[in-house]
Amino acid sequence: MQGKGCFNVVVPTLIVALMLQMWPLPDWLAYLRPDFVTLVLVYWALALPERVGVTVAWVVGLLLDVTHGAILGQHALGLVLVVFIVQLEYQRIRVFSLVQQALAVFVLLMIKQLLVLWVSGLVGQAPPLQYYFLPSLAGALLWPWLFLTLRNLRRKFSLSKSF
Amino acid sequence: MQQSLFLRGPSVILRTLLLVVISIVVMVADHRWQHLQTLRGSIETYFVYPLRYVINLPGSFIEWGDEVFSSHQVLLQEKRKLEEQKLRAQVSLQKLSVLEKENERLRKMLSAQTKIGEMVLVAEILSIDLDPYKQQVVLNKGRSNEVYIGQAIIDAWGVMGQVVHLGSHSATALLISDPSHAIPVQVNRSGLRSTAFGMGSSQQLELRYIPHNADIEIGDLIVSSGLGGRFPPNYPVGRIISIERPAGESFATVLAEPVAHLDRSREVLLVWHNPPVKDVLLNQPAEPASIEGAE
Repeated sequence: MQGKGCFNVVVPTLIVALMLQMWPLPDWLAYLRPDFVTLVLVYWALALPERVGVTVAWVVGLLLDVTHGAILGQHALGLVLVVFIVQLEYQRIRVFSLVQQALAVFVLLMIKQLLVLWVSGLVGQAPPLQYYFLPSLAGALLWPWLFLTLRNLRRKFSLSKSF
Repeated sequence: MQQSLFLRGPSVILRTLLLVVISIVVMVADHRWQHLQTLRGSIETYFVYPLRYVINLPGSFIEWGDEVFSSHQVLLQEKRKLEEQKLRAQVSLQKLSVLEKENERLRKMLSAQTKIGEMVLVAEILSIDLDPYKQQVVLNKGRSNEVYIGQAIIDAWGVMGQVVHLGSHSATALLISDPSHAIPVQVNRSGLRSTAFGMGSSQQLELRYIPHNADIEIGDLIVSSGLGGRFPPNYPVGRIISIERPAGESFATVLAEPVAHLDRSREVLLVWHNPPVKDVLLNQPAEPASIEGAE
C-alpha cells in the first residue's frame, strides 16, 4: 500500500461525502439525511487504521464544522472520539456480519450525535429532539450499501489486502 | 510498508487525548471570544466555498437554460410586466421622496439628524443545505465585496437576518427565525418597542416582554427599531398574528409572522448603514420621546 494511492481514493470519497452533506434536499428529507462524512470516515478507519486515524478525523471534523456553521471543534470532537473507538475495536468490527456492522455503526453515529448535541446544549442552542436521531438510523440502514461500494473501490485501487 | 497487526496503543490514546483537549480549547475560543473568525474564514474560502460552488452549479445551470431557451413571447410578456411594475414603483417613489423631504425637515426642526438611504448590494442565496436545525443561508458575496460580520440582509419584503461568518467570496447569514437570534423591533402604529426572537420556524417570531396593557393589535406591522446599531431602522420585520394575555403571567404572549420570504427568496440585499445612535446622542437636547413619535 502506498501513501499516494491512499490519497487518490480516501480524499475524493471524503470530498464526495462532504458534498452529499450539503446537497440541497427537500425539507422533510433533510431531517433524515445520514451523516455521510462520518460513515465514510468510519469505513476508512476500519479498512486502513494505520492511515486514517484520529488526526485525519479531527481535520475532517473541522471542515464539517465550517460547512454546518457550527461551533468550531464541535463535530471535530465527535469524529475524533468515534474514530478512536474504531481504532480500539477495528479487528472485532471487521469480522462482524454486515448486519452486526450496521448495528455497531448505529452506535457510533449515535455517540457522535450525542457529543454534538451535548456541546449545542452547553451553549444553549439545543435543537428539538423529536427527529434528532433519525440521521443515525438512516446512516445504519445505508451502511451495507456504502460498505460494499467503498470495498469495491478499495479493491479496484488495491489499497490493502486485509479486510 | 510493513503492516503491523496492532496499532501502537499508547500513541493512539495520547493523540486522541491531545486532539480532544485541542477541540475543547478551540470550541471555547470560538464560542466565547470569537477569536477564530480568520481560521474559519480561510477554511471557508479555500476548502468549503469551491465545494459549495460546484453544488450550486446545477441550479444555476437550470436557471441559465431557462433564460436562454425561454421564448420570445414569454420574454416580451415578462418585459411588459416589469415595465408596469416599474411604473407603479416610480409613482410610489415620487410620493416617498416628498415624504422623505418632509420627514427630514421635521427632524431638522427637532434638531435630530438621521441618514435615510443606505448603500445596498444584491447577493444570491446558494442552494445549499446547512444544518436543518439552524436557520442559516449561504450568500455568494463575501469579504472581497466588503461584506462585514453583523451586516443586515433584507429581501424585497423585509428584514431577513444578519451575516455571522465570512469567507472571501461567501458569507453565512443567520435568519431572524433562528432560535438564537433576536432583533430589536418597534410596532409601526404605536411606536411600542420590543425584541423579536426566532423560534426555529420560518413562519413565526415571538415578541417578548410586552405587558398585558400594551397598545398592540393583530395585524400590526412591526419594523426594525435600529436600537443596538446592528439593523438599519424602519425596515418591516413582521406582522402580528396572535396575542394571548394569560392571567397570572406578567407578560403577554405575542407571535408575529415574518414579512420577508425567509424560505423562498433567492435574491437578497446586503445593507450598509451608519448607526445613527451617535448623532442622535450628540445633537439631541430635547426629550427622546418626541423623536420616537416622529413616525
